[in-house]
Amino acid sequence: MTYADTSAHEIADLVRSGKTSALEILESHLERVKAVDGRPGVLEPGPITAEDKEKVHAFITLTAETARARAKEIDQLVADGEDPGPLAGVPFTAKDIYTVKGVPSTAASKILSNYRAPYTATAVQRVIDAGGVLLGKVSLDEFTYGSSSESAAFKPAPRNPWDTSKVTGGSSGGSAAAVAVGAGALSLGTDTGGSIRHPASFCGTVGLKPTYGRVSRYGLIAFGSSLDCPGPLARNVTDAALLLQTMAGPDRHDNTAATVPVPNYLAELEKGVKGMRIGLSPDFFRVTYFDAETGELQERAIPEEIEAAIHSVAGYLAQQGADIVTDVPMPHTKYGIPTYFVISRVEASSNLLRFDGVKYGYRTQQSLADLREMYRHTRGEGFGEQPKLRILMGIYVSAAQFQKQYYQLALRARALMRQDFETIFDPAGDYKLDALLTPTVPSTAFPIGGVYGDTVLMQYSDQFTVTTNHAGIPGLSVPAGFDENNLPIGAQLLGPDFSEGRLLRIACAYERVTADEPWRAKRPPVVEKFG
Amino acid sequence: MTEEKITPQVFQRLVDLAALELDPKEAEYLRQELNNQLVSIEILESIPIDAEVEAAAHGVPYPPERSPAFRDDEALTDPHRADILAQAPELEDGYIVVPDIAQEELE
Repeated sequence: MTYADTSAHEIADLVRSGKTSALEILESHLERVKAVDGRPGVLEPGPITAEDKEKVHAFITLTAETARARAKEIDQLVADGEDPGPLAGVPFTAKDIYTVKGVPSTAASKILSNYRAPYTATAVQRVIDAGGVLLGKVSLDEFTYGSSSESAAFKPAPRNPWDTSKVTGGSSGGSAAAVAVGAGALSLGTDTGGSIRHPASFCGTVGLKPTYGRVSRYGLIAFGSSLDCPGPLARNVTDAALLLQTMAGPDRHDNTAATVPVPNYLAELEKGVKGMRIGLSPDFFRVTYFDAETGELQERAIPEEIEAAIHSVAGYLAQQGADIVTDVPMPHTKYGIPTYFVISRVEASSNLLRFDGVKYGYRTQQSLADLREMYRHTRGEGFGEQPKLRILMGIYVSAAQFQKQYYQLALRARALMRQDFETIFDPAGDYKLDALLTPTVPSTAFPIGGVYGDTVLMQYSDQFTVTTNHAGIPGLSVPAGFDENNLPIGAQLLGPDFSEGRLLRIACAYERVTADEPWRAKRPPVVEKFG
Repeated sequence: MTEEKITPQVFQRLVDLAALELDPKEAEYLRQELNNQLVSIEILESIPIDAEVEAAAHGVPYPPERSPAFRDDEALTDPHRADILAQAPELEDGYIVVPDIAQEELE
């Protein structure tokens, strides 16, 4: 065990009290990165070697020197008797969809491969101002478009620390993998259809998608502007609470950042679950998927191990005094993905129009005499397949002759998904739930290359996370054991608007009561072998 | 399998609107995936939705007490002018250079 395995709140205590220097902590993390991460993703990687296949490749850009300078500043503040802040000396990473001034901000896309933002995203700046030390920018699906992180234009793409032949999940795959191996105690991810919770589940970390508007989106390279949520990934619930505390709150740069007071999340953790009503829904224990042969929706049970893990979580919460409410209907869950196929594509195609080779980013090297030709070649060469698919679909379903049939219909279906949640959380309703407990993903991590290429099947991996984004409510994924292949299983807690404190409180109660279980002591094999 | 809606002709129109230059192999893969996704989307038509259900452009409501006040309408000079311009692929005397803008004679 080294400082790379130490939790964020413990690191901050060590640094603030002067017991350990921020620089010593940073060096421990840089050693871990060197040992387990392998080479960072690049645009022209050459062949993927046997050694590449044993490493994690979470990083696109490692900022070791600026991190050292920052750590020395923190140590100087402590030496001068000043408090560097609640995240003093905590090494963290940011998904490469956040802009950071002076550092490449690529979105894992060729079209932004040379982009250096002139400003820093609000959420990242707040972590730095709280004493955090940015270790680097981590990988993701190109522009966040995917659920495996395999579509990153920078290769090698991230690999799962628990089994490097498996995907990390996505799109915040670099964030989840980095946190899991101790390459930063914390990471900032984003979640548009499940992109924080999905990789958190696959990599055995905590991941929280806050309520839409809880955290400023200023400085995010936009995907779906009505769905995107920045949020924390961490190895334990306390650290996730600490990071959310720092990121959350209104921001003059984002008018959708709500002016709702930020509670003391750390204080919430201590309150336990006695008397809470926590629901289980059969609609989150089966996958409804699209059958390409028949064009119909088919149903399938989720793997027994995952179902058993979620019931085990419910059992522990009941033991701690929670009331478990079964058979909670969530009838529109099965429409989450088709709805997302429309709404997210319309928003993405609009957001991607700005990349044109004129103001910043990549421009085609071909000498072209016509501006429109330059646009076509720049975008054709600069975007990978996933952004292209989203642009084309977004244009199709929002075309004047189809928009009532697709876009307006999807927005109305979205209203129904919101109603499902409002009904079960209504304090005067039939269910009066404090939270809904579900699996995060209907599977554990799948093999690299196993699903990639089939964009419909890939999207269905987000079935249990995506309705949260449609509704705007918060969702938290926590580790809930392992399957027979030693791959992590994630449990998800969903609650009403701005109930992050409550979700963290439930998750913390579960984490504490299972603290001594043997599975909690497991470490990723890649860390055991190389770390 | 239902008849594909995004024919090569429809696809070409989308590609023009999207300002993308595609090679033929990539174009055919993208067209197939779009058709697969579209069949999945059409499940939406089978959802029973009451007439009074209105479109939700976003999930979380924004009543006035949760919404930030608008900023004053005043002009501010961005402090990052040089950094912003430095990102342009081609720059000359503070102006961004692009190829000629094609013009068509209207009849």
